[in-house]
Amino acid sequence: MREIKTGAIVDAVREMCIEANRELPADVADRIRAGGGAEPWPPARDTLEKLVENFEIAHREKIPICQDTGMACVFIELGQDVHLSGIPLAEAVNEGVRRGYAQGFLRKSVVADPLRRRNTGDNTPALLHVDIVPGDQMEILVAPKGFGSENMSRLAMFPPAAGERGVKDFVVETVKMAGPNPCPPIVVGVGIGGSFDRVALLAKKALLRPLDRPHSDPYYAAMEKELLERINALGIGPQGFGGLTTALGVNIETFPTHIAGLPAAVNINCHVSRHAARTL
Amino acid sequence: MTGIEIGAPLAREEALKLRAGDAALISGVLYTARDAAHARLIELLDRGGELPIPITDAIIYYVGPTPAGPGRVIGSAGPTTSYRMDAYAPRLLDIGLRGMIGKGRRSPEVIAGIKRNGGVYFGAIGGAGALMARCVTAAEVVCYDDLGSEAIHRLTVKDFPVTVVIDAHGNDFYEIGVRNYAEGGMKP
Ligand code: SF4
Repeated sequence: MREIKTGAIVDAVREMCIEANRELPADVADRIRAGGGAEPWPPARDTLEKLVENFEIAHREKIPICQDTGMACVFIELGQDVHLSGIPLAEAVNEGVRRGYAQGFLRKSVVADPLRRRNTGDNTPALLHVDIVPGDQMEILVAPKGFGSENMSRLAMFPPAAGERGVKDFVVETVKMAGPNPCPPIVVGVGIGGSFDRVALLAKKALLRPLDRPHSDPYYAAMEKELLERINALGIGPQGFGGLTTALGVNIETFPTHIAGLPAAVNINCHVSRHAARTL
Repeated sequence: MTGIEIGAPLAREEALKLRAGDAALISGVLYTARDAAHARLIELLDRGGELPIPITDAIIYYVGPTPAGPGRVIGSAGPTTSYRMDAYAPRLLDIGLRGMIGKGRRSPEVIAGIKRNGGVYFGAIGGAGALMARCVTAAEVVCYDDLGSEAIHRLTVKDFPVTVVIDAHGNDFYEIGVRNYAEGGMKP
């Protein structure tokens, strides 16, 4: 049994909220740069050049890449041999978010009630997911998620007969419907299988995998590649002004499902596809 | 950065000259408003009240900036998705609003309002808030301070880069741009 004080979680989450909002992960930055080099269409090239300039300014001036600094999605993999001491885990995470969003001059974008809509003023609560895993370490990942892209996401409960084709068409159709709204170039997270609730989580987790790491199953790796090609053939382009670079990547995550079902979910992320991770 | 230089507030005659796909640089005064502020403005109009901003020829920027850090005028300040303001925009256009800056598609009702009034819808680059913040030389809260980032701000901007997405004649660059690109390498 190893002891981790939850105060350390507060600090880690605070730091990651700030870091994730200022520093674009290298895999995403590389794809934006590469996209600009490959664009034949002047408005698209110009937009991608400005996006590179933007994340470079954010890095240099230590300000957020985007003004929508998101809701804080926090994923924890907790080793089962860890004992947590101090304030409760969820409180520690929220305190980290509270401090990070205040000290990092990040935008507070959370309302306490979905219908009555009063801002909580400190960007809490976080959307916390905890998985218990083997070992005596703790992995924390913070992914601030903007809602321009979140709003363009979709979920469908297909009959099994819809098959591979039904799921693929659903993904492409979702991107087409979203058009310029989610700040293309986008990153597309696809969940297939599980249940109604699980498939959405799969799609969200798909967004966390680096873009240069294809699915470990060659069948799904090929599907990721095919979907990316089909999406970029739509011609929506950066900002929706036409072009080659509609998506920077497509990641798929799957889970076993019921004999009667084929759930599918598409979680759209924008080019500001952010996350930071720490191991305690 | 290059583009047609225009001022804000923007006269109708100037708006009429703009064409979908034009790059423009805006200098002058913009007012910020998002969902919550729009709801209040419309409620105010319903009650017969006077708007807290000079609406004639005004350009509203759909943005909720991040707080300004030490020594800064404003934090990150890029556009939010515009369709959420579609329910309110025609009403404001009809009483003098000239331009809107945001990102993403607009409803047929907003496009009709733009045509009817000689307005214009500009797109700023979504997710480039750090870049655009550089063009803001002054920022102050006008009203609705309780809304935090969603309060109405008065922004003074210099060479703020935008693209004309929907012009006063109803042309939509989200359609034209994608079509021209698909047809192969024509100049936008
Ligand atoms: S969709 Fe992404 S890039 Fe666009 S405004 Fe939201 S967080 Fe920023």
